[in-house]
Amino acid sequence: MQTSLLLDMAADAFPDRAAIGPRSHPLVLGKLAASVRAAAGFLAGQGGDTVVFLGLNGEALPIAMFASALIGKPFAPINYRLAEADLRRLVVRTAPSVAIVDDDMLSRVADIEGVRIVARSALEAVCAGPGGQTAELPTCDPDIAVLLFTSGTTGEPKAAVLRHRHLASYVISTVEFMTADEDEAALVSVPPYHIAGISAILTGVYGGRRIVYLPAFTPEAWVDLAAQEAISHAMVVPTMLGRILDVLDGRGIKLPHLKALSYGGGRMPQPVIERAMALLPHVEFVNAYGLTETSSTIAVLGPEDHRQAMASDDPKVRRRLGSVGRPLPTLELEIRDAEGNSLPAGESGEVYVRGEQVAGEYLHKKVIQDDGWFATNDAGWLDEDGFLYVEGRLDDVIVRGGENISPGEIEDVLRTHPAVADLAVFGLPDDQWGEHVACVIVPHGIAPSVDELAAWVKARLRSTKTPETWDFRAELPYNDMGKLLRRALKADLIALRQAAEAA
Amino acid sequence: MELKPGSRWKSAVCGAEFVVVRPPKQAGELKCGGHALLSAGTAAPEGLTIAEELADGIHMGKRYFDEASGLELLASKPGLGSLTLDGRKLAPKEAKALPSSD
Repeated sequence: MQTSLLLDMAADAFPDRAAIGPRSHPLVLGKLAASVRAAAGFLAGQGGDTVVFLGLNGEALPIAMFASALIGKPFAPINYRLAEADLRRLVVRTAPSVAIVDDDMLSRVADIEGVRIVARSALEAVCAGPGGQTAELPTCDPDIAVLLFTSGTTGEPKAAVLRHRHLASYVISTVEFMTADEDEAALVSVPPYHIAGISAILTGVYGGRRIVYLPAFTPEAWVDLAAQEAISHAMVVPTMLGRILDVLDGRGIKLPHLKALSYGGGRMPQPVIERAMALLPHVEFVNAYGLTETSSTIAVLGPEDHRQAMASDDPKVRRRLGSVGRPLPTLELEIRDAEGNSLPAGESGEVYVRGEQVAGEYLHKKVIQDDGWFATNDAGWLDEDGFLYVEGRLDDVIVRGGENISPGEIEDVLRTHPAVADLAVFGLPDDQWGEHVACVIVPHGIAPSVDELAAWVKARLRSTKTPETWDFRAELPYNDMGKLLRRALKADLIALRQAAEAA
Repeated sequence: MELKPGSRWKSAVCGAEFVVVRPPKQAGELKCGGHALLSAGTAAPEGLTIAEELADGIHMGKRYFDEASGLELLASKPGLGSLTLDGRKLAPKEAKALPSSD
């Protein structure tokens, strides 16, 4: 089933429903579908096997994505924040392709063999022209819907393959067709090259909820746009939420139209979500956990789960605020040990998932097992009630003298210390233990003593989980999606230590 | 008729169109309003009418499900008939309340 059918259905049923843009003059579904047909006719004549998108969020993004589906070519949005050489190297890999490029980014990808460049303004001009007059589109059997390049923190970026059937399955199994109220609007601030940016288009269109784009995130701009556009729904990554709360607090406003705020794409510090719930009691909070390779969300901690956890004195219920909720009913999820054996509740291992939305595939490399199970490379465990706790990437788990230690657990404990603004925990090579627990602290004002911090952890966790080496920094490295670059930090510290030993 | 996932079908007697979401475990005869479905894009024969007891209506965006075979269809266009597989009526799948996460 093609993703473009989702748009056709929505446009057939509600052609006048606002699809994208400001409430004063939105692009309606019928016009969106006409623009997509015009763009598809134009793109079909440009050659290339793949449609690349290099640009900011905006109307052109969903138009280009659905148009690619109509002409049966994979759609590959690319990270415009990459350094020049990395960006060009990625675009080279898409050849033969046609690339839709923001006008002010054209010079960055000029003269790449096999890549035909189309200025975004040229595509927009085609869409603004007389719609529906395009030549017959080629009949095709589209298969790959989207190619998303991973962030490549461990080498060359891999191109994750999402086929039409994965994305369509995710949408129709998690969203009821056209059930959004007419005045609902979703604020999308994740970039086009992120899976949440792709799924937001599909679920927004199919559910009938207007999409409002924020081209570049700042907390002030987010709050301004949310207020001005009467935003009812939004998805943010954890680092965005803390900064948004600061702005709301500073201005003393509460965004009365906001009904639901979902978050994901990284670990949410418990103090931040507790603060958010206290500050915005009228908002329903949803924690969504998913991966690019699983077509977005696979587990959800819903609004009722949030309220129950917040209101409970039972530590087992309260801690659910730190979980990612329960797997979607359309999926199977298991925790397995290193040998692939399924583990019971309470035991930590690797998160495995199986279901129709799970793609588990990179270009030229299938990583899903023959029986459909996909190893996420995330460490985690399930509690007796089926709530999933994700501990971070499996590669980040610290192995100290044979004991597996999850950095996230130690970080959660230290984050509650009043003098800690931010921190990172990871393993460093250790002659005696293989690895030991290391910690980098970003203090609020004056740094607390190492003894005080160590005692804080020891009082709450086993002594083997207490960091053995401590460093203090003014800030930590994050990527543009707010993900901590733990490996970069670790490599940095290892290099510093080696230099110190050599001196 | 081979009901492959993603294959598209239309009613012979009303405007309804369908996409196969999940194929049936065993082959069967799929009908709308009492007449076999046609491959999308083929012309409907003239003069057919909807059987009286098979006129519940097809709602766009609803998924229709047959418990016995596992067949699931998505209605991509609305219509007036009812779906049957080997004579069993397909029921619309109840909406599940999943919170919005995108």
